[in-house]
Amino acid sequence: MHTLISLTAPAVVPAVEPVVAADWPGADAAVLLVALPLLSAAVLLLLGRRSDRWGHWLGVLASAGSFVVGVVLLLGMLGLPAEQRVHDVHLGTWLDAGALSIDAGLRVDPLSLTFVLLVTFVGTLIHVYSVAYMEHDAARRRFFAYLNLFVAAMLLLVLADSYVLLFVGWEGVGLASYLLIGFWNHHTPYAVAAKKAFVANRVGDVGLLVAMGLMFATFGSLDFSTVHANVAQASESTLTLIGIALLVAACGKSAQFPLQSWLGDAMAGPTPVSALIHAATMVTAGVYLIVRSGVIYAGAPTAQLVVAIIGAITLLFGAVVGCAKDDIKKALAASTMSQIGYMVLAAGLGPIGYAFAIFHLVTHGFFKAGMFLGAGSVMHGMDDQVDMRRFGGLGRYMKITYFTFMAGWLAILGIPPFAGFFSKDKIIEAAFVPVDGQPWRAWVFGTIALLGAGITAFYMSRLFFMTFEGKKRWSETRDGHEQHPHESPALMWVPMAVLAVGSVALGWVLQAVGFVTWLEPSVGHAEHEEPVLGVPVLIGLTLIAVALGLALAWRRYAVSTVPVAPPVGTVLTRAARVDLYQDAVNDAVLVEPGQYLTRSLVYGDKAVVDGAVTGLARLTVGTGDLVRRAQNGFARSYAAVMVVGVVVLAVVVLAVRG
Amino acid sequence: MSGFTVPEIAWGPMVPVMVVLLTAVVGVLVEAFVPAAHRRTVQLTLTLAALAGSLVAVAALWSDTERTGGTDVLGGSLVVDGPTLVLQATIALLALLSTLVVADRVTGGEDAFAPAAAAVPGSDYEELARSRGLRQTEVFPLLLFATGGMMVFPATTDLLTLFVALEVLSLPLYLLSGMARRRRLLSQEASMKYFLLGAFVSAIMLFGIGLLYGYSGSLRFSDIAAATATPNGMEGLLVVGALMLLAGLFFKVGAVPFHMWTPDVYQGAPTPVTGFMAACTKVAAFGALLRVVYGMLPGMAWDLDVVLWVVAILTMVVGTVAALVQTDVKRLLAYSSIAHAGFVLTGVIALNDAGLTAVLFYLLAYSAATVGAFGLVSLVREQGTGEDGSPTLLGEATRLPQWAGLGRSHPVVAVTFTLFLLSFAGIPLTAGFVGKFAVFSAAVDGGAWQLALVGVLASAAAAFFYVRIVVLMFFTSPHDTADEAPTSTTVTAVAVDGPAPDGEDGTVAATSGVAVATAAPERATTTVAAGEGLTVVAVAVCAALTVLLGVAPSPVLDAIASVAALLP
Repeated sequence: MHTLISLTAPAVVPAVEPVVAADWPGADAAVLLVALPLLSAAVLLLLGRRSDRWGHWLGVLASAGSFVVGVVLLLGMLGLPAEQRVHDVHLGTWLDAGALSIDAGLRVDPLSLTFVLLVTFVGTLIHVYSVAYMEHDAARRRFFAYLNLFVAAMLLLVLADSYVLLFVGWEGVGLASYLLIGFWNHHTPYAVAAKKAFVANRVGDVGLLVAMGLMFATFGSLDFSTVHANVAQASESTLTLIGIALLVAACGKSAQFPLQSWLGDAMAGPTPVSALIHAATMVTAGVYLIVRSGVIYAGAPTAQLVVAIIGAITLLFGAVVGCAKDDIKKALAASTMSQIGYMVLAAGLGPIGYAFAIFHLVTHGFFKAGMFLGAGSVMHGMDDQVDMRRFGGLGRYMKITYFTFMAGWLAILGIPPFAGFFSKDKIIEAAFVPVDGQPWRAWVFGTIALLGAGITAFYMSRLFFMTFEGKKRWSETRDGHEQHPHESPALMWVPMAVLAVGSVALGWVLQAVGFVTWLEPSVGHAEHEEPVLGVPVLIGLTLIAVALGLALAWRRYAVSTVPVAPPVGTVLTRAARVDLYQDAVNDAVLVEPGQYLTRSLVYGDKAVVDGAVTGLARLTVGTGDLVRRAQNGFARSYAAVMVVGVVVLAVVVLAVRG
Repeated sequence: MSGFTVPEIAWGPMVPVMVVLLTAVVGVLVEAFVPAAHRRTVQLTLTLAALAGSLVAVAALWSDTERTGGTDVLGGSLVVDGPTLVLQATIALLALLSTLVVADRVTGGEDAFAPAAAAVPGSDYEELARSRGLRQTEVFPLLLFATGGMMVFPATTDLLTLFVALEVLSLPLYLLSGMARRRRLLSQEASMKYFLLGAFVSAIMLFGIGLLYGYSGSLRFSDIAAATATPNGMEGLLVVGALMLLAGLFFKVGAVPFHMWTPDVYQGAPTPVTGFMAACTKVAAFGALLRVVYGMLPGMAWDLDVVLWVVAILTMVVGTVAALVQTDVKRLLAYSSIAHAGFVLTGVIALNDAGLTAVLFYLLAYSAATVGAFGLVSLVREQGTGEDGSPTLLGEATRLPQWAGLGRSHPVVAVTFTLFLLSFAGIPLTAGFVGKFAVFSAAVDGGAWQLALVGVLASAAAAFFYVRIVVLMFFTSPHDTADEAPTSTTVTAVAVDGPAPDGEDGTVAATSGVAVATAAPERATTTVAAGEGLTVVAVAVCAALTVLLGVAPSPVLDAIASVAALLP
């Protein structure tokens, strides 16, 4: 498989599937990671109302317990030499019949452990926050059950040692997100949003299923070790197909172009859910899938290029949409889309970008969760108002939210020394590295990444200024309620403060402890390569772009008055407000032909299939009646049937013999 | 004249059987000497202890057998090897669960059995027995005798012992079938039919044994197998003899065309007994069939394959098709058990180790769901209004329309029943799926892919009538199906004698349930009897087994596979 090197970048060592090391009994504890939240979810759902009083704390405890297990595993792994850090924990064989043998196992390695720590740590903070946020919701216990289920499914997804088990977690995440987005499903639009997320995810799932089918046909197995070890035997076209199918799956889960439309609507769920979906679980799954399947992409440069292109498109798409949104949560959603676009772009750059994609994913997990929780805190204080044109000057009323949000904002902008600077800047640098000696790619992807940074600075500053700076644009009363912004309770602001600390320092800390090296056992080692421009030049250019965006936003949204009614705006603004017509495009391209197709199929089904089925059913029932008539209840005729049976069988046997 | 040589008897490996049979004998003495007030408690305790002891004995023999491959007991009349132990454990476990269902009583201390089985139905004597609260505690020793016979049946490698075991297991069942508390004529009719046809088929089988002896000069399976290898011009005897022997076994497993007794007997017998019969008899009979087909007849596989194929296909198709038009739960389950016999036969035909393992697993999965399903049927009752206006519990509500809306009124019962139905239908994550998967893949491995294809198609069709019940329970309100519901039978139903055909509404009322119109209510509602909790325990264990074997079948499959080798 080392011959693959030449297929990608000559100087890059691909993610070699390391030898799965043996003796580390501690790794078995990984089972607990999934089991704890799963058990808690089961308890909460089974006990029902009886657990209403303490259910939410059990949920918090389960999530925190997983985090502790994760930390223990981390300490254990740090004690091992780098080449022994990939462990497969065999859980058992579900089915072993001939060619079909389905094993279940967990893979504990630096990559999965990184996800575990991110998911459980941020997840636990969000759990704590939700205790207060959902306090007045009668169904809080059910909410925590779903949150736990979400965390458990995500952990299973990242810990699985085969695509089959990964798929189980993948579906679990889809299910949990459906339940949570539609948690307030008594509002029809919320239920519709949940359904939309579900459908978009289904499209992605088909991709994963196709990929699994191709892999099973090619390699005869679906566990990572076997598949990754045998990649060399597959043809490049097969690998390209698998890669594209995996990308489709990733697009569905990670809201990448063209399956991104559900993410904005998914804001219907309670805000902690959005934080969980956007920061730690769900949308990161696609990035994980691509990075985990790095070996496959190493053999399929075309698929890898497509990954980078999709990432680049999405990062611009999300950024443009983010500039026009007035709904604070939707603006944040657009920024998630864009940031995930960065990660996918990095993952599409090959081994050189994998580590940076994960790096950015981790820092993003912190600052995005912090900002979402901050947005929730703002809504909490503003009676669930989400329109930023009705905010303004809130920084004076909620100091803690203001400062924690500011940390997240500076981090996503990439201002040194905040977390985003270390991770995003690396991606921009990597994008400027020529691949296969083709400088055009470096220029295209690099410029897009640079441009994206500028736009990000603009719309995130716009969001921040419209909310916290400027004059107040809200009135004392709204819909008859009194409206007086106030700081949220400690249960809400403490998690925000913790995340803010991460937003400030995490990038520097991870850089200092050698995060990229830590991931090497999982994603492979990449030689450092020079980008087409010098690194200081790139940092300078990025900072200039960011400063421009920031200044523009400052002038328009902090200094000058923001109109309460949205102005008509340019063509681009109007397009961006409706997500660049993605719903219209979806309708025209998918829904309407689909409906037409469905109608024709229904007709064909009625005319042809139903006819055949009805006929068959009639035949069967007719035969059944015949049998029933033979069953006339007389012992004598039963005996006769037996005698005739023996005689007929004897005749048949003797005839066959003769 | 050669002297009689006393065979070496290895007592140890016989303990599982001995415990059961000896306790049965003790049970007879209990009937004679223990005062009536304590009889039930003593009998129930003894029975459960015996069956549990039998299970423990099997477990104790396990590791030895796994190491040595098995022991020859009684000079070859009895063989205790891996499959024997698996089957004996299955039978003992299921008999234990069935005992719980059998012993359960609803309010008023009323069990499923007639207070005086010998009394003429509807007679004054019967009424007297009922009002005096007599109990038939003989059911427990009868159950144990039958279980003992079943545990010998698959362990024997000798035609005579085979026949004796068959009778030991059958005779108590004939009796038990006739002891239903309600619908007594139907029950007695079932018993009579079962006995007549059973005796008839015993004769056929005995004739077959005679022919085989005539051909080979021995009753030992291994000797007959050896004799098939050396042709002597009398193969006609051999083929016809084997066929007649198989007919007897087919009768016991309920394979077409020897299945006709099944629906009538299953419907007429007291429901707890039906569950016991449907599960344990089938396990025992398939065990014996395995030993005959694998141990005695492999030399004639070429000739007999056609028989097995024809019977398997007919069984799957007829069982499925007939089940589609049933309107009575017990009859439907009877036909479904016929179809399952066909599925198991595909595994038998595979004639390889995988087939052996698959059949053993399938039997466990099927019988767990069967005992559970019949246990639930015994709890779903009609409810009428008594003379004082209070609700009283009547007989079982076995007509399908009566099950409508059960999902709403008794969700736990309905969900559990659905679980068993899904297992019967072979839906993934239930034991039934793993079982079906195992037998069909074994059949494909054994070169019988056409058979597996028929099996898959039949199970697809069979899923229809299982799902129909699910739909009925959950998505139909009871009023949608309210038909000209015949009045429920009172306890002292005077019945018109006659056959019990699969009538249009398949109900008992149509044939033998014509009530003496005393204060019979206009229309009975369906309810679930509480019972003493014994049935609930049994059903819960069956449900747990069904889920467990479906979700994590590997340990059990591995354990069975590790001992799946028949001693000659």
